Amino acid sequence: MAINWFKYSAPTTFYGLAGKLIPWFGISAAILFAVGLYIGFYVAPTDYQQGEFYRIIFIHVPSSIISMFLYLIMAGYAALGLIFNTRLSSMMATAIAPTGALFAFISLWTGALWGKPMWGAWWVWDARLTSELILLFLYLGYIALHASIDDPRRADRASALLAIVGSVNVPIIYFSVKWWNTLHQGSTIKFSGTSMHVAMQQAMFITLVACWLYAIAVILARVRSIILERERHTKWITELPEVKN
Amino acid sequence: MNGLDIWMRENPITYVLLGSYAVAFLIFAVEIAMVRHKRKITLQQVRLMRDAGDEE
Amino acid sequence: MKKETMSGLFMLVIRRDLMLAMRRRADVLTTLIFFVMVVSLFPLGVGPEMDMLRKMAPGVLWVAALLSSMLSLGRLFSADHLDGTLEQMMLAPQSLSMLVLGKMVAHWMVSGLPLVLMAPVLGIQFDMSAEALGVLIIGLLLGTPILSMIGGIGAALTLGLRGGGVLLSLLVLPLCIPVLIFGTGAVEAVSTGLSVASHLSLLGALLVLALAFTPWVTAQALRISME
Repeated sequence: MAINWFKYSAPTTFYGLAGKLIPWFGISAAILFAVGLYIGFYVAPTDYQQGEFYRIIFIHVPSSIISMFLYLIMAGYAALGLIFNTRLSSMMATAIAPTGALFAFISLWTGALWGKPMWGAWWVWDARLTSELILLFLYLGYIALHASIDDPRRADRASALLAIVGSVNVPIIYFSVKWWNTLHQGSTIKFSGTSMHVAMQQAMFITLVACWLYAIAVILARVRSIILERERHTKWITELPEVKN
Repeated sequence: MNGLDIWMRENPITYVLLGSYAVAFLIFAVEIAMVRHKRKITLQQVRLMRDAGDEE
Repeated sequence: MKKETMSGLFMLVIRRDLMLAMRRRADVLTTLIFFVMVVSLFPLGVGPEMDMLRKMAPGVLWVAALLSSMLSLGRLFSADHLDGTLEQMMLAPQSLSMLVLGKMVAHWMVSGLPLVLMAPVLGIQFDMSAEALGVLIIGLLLGTPILSMIGGIGAALTLGLRGGGVLLSLLVLPLCIPVLIFGTGAVEAVSTGLSVASHLSLLGALLVLALAFTPWVTAQALRISME
């Protein structure tokens, strides 16, 4: 088993594997989105407090969760690349960043749209939304740093360090923002009570999985382009069918 | 803004679908387009490099 | 014997950086003047109504201190990098983290401490009470070193990059938000009667964490930037 992992940690073999996996992930994501949204909009009932507006959660909650987890995964790959000097790990970290940032943006956008009917304002300094905004800044900082350094090795290692420092800070930032929010009696965007109708839970879980599958598909596709770019001097790249056209 | 408020309360599902889901799927579409574009130009670059190498 | 050499070198680094800073006094003063100007912009922007200014005061002063510290951070390593001293430091057998900590301390003494001393004067302009001013000063005293230290990581990562200053701020500002929240929270606790001590002790905890980790992380960042 250990040998298999190392085989796929080489860009050459990973490139092929990723290529085969992408369509599977992509199609299952599309199917699950369709199923999840059907349940969310047709099966799940109207909420007695929030009416129809709550149906935003089927995209808002998954995108929040994924943006946060992707940051940690990105930092993990970055740390692997830093410690073990594996090229593919750094490439994965670079591939994850834009997807994570976009999910953070979707989370903020949908959060604002949820806030408007609930609180009458497009933005409320809710602790979670504010932490999400800071997370977006952390993503953007990572992307900006990586883009500013010409030498790919220095770029990978510097942004890896930044990602690790960022992920250590995330709990501190979250805690301090929560603290700040309760002090200022800020509003909290949350669901009506603790019990959610079964169909709502099902729909949210399905769309969460759908978003994950989509994220994996896009990240794998992006990392393939990064592999092509970084390994363009090698022989195996020139032997690829898509290059020989 | 008031007009928007009224419209929103009378058409909640449309508001949710247009405002949130349409935007989210638009972002997904843009992301996919960007990834495909990046692949296209990277392949072009690699081909250029290989051709330049072949000439030698 | 080695311990003696380490702390000796530590003091040497601090003394050297302070001497260099004194020669370029303009740099020190511009940071201070920037601080004063930014603080003065707020009343000009939002109007002179005293009640509102009093409420805004801790936030304004802290944000201005944060931004002013950001300005001077680019200089933390750049001068030594340009004249080759940094390379020498990295080759030295003594711990790089120690040397980095020395530079951070010197930076704080030159850029942070003046802000702490200036802040009460500006606070009076915002009609802050004596008690609030006291908490503000203690908070800044605890917080500005943290800003210097977190900023050090950013300065090391962006060493020699074009667009360095703005990029550095982009990277460092999100990480400084907890300091901002606890610092301003402490001052506001004075007027609301809530616990000032809890905010200040959280700041203290962050300071200890920063002291423990940032020099080493910055040293690693320097190695990455210089290889």
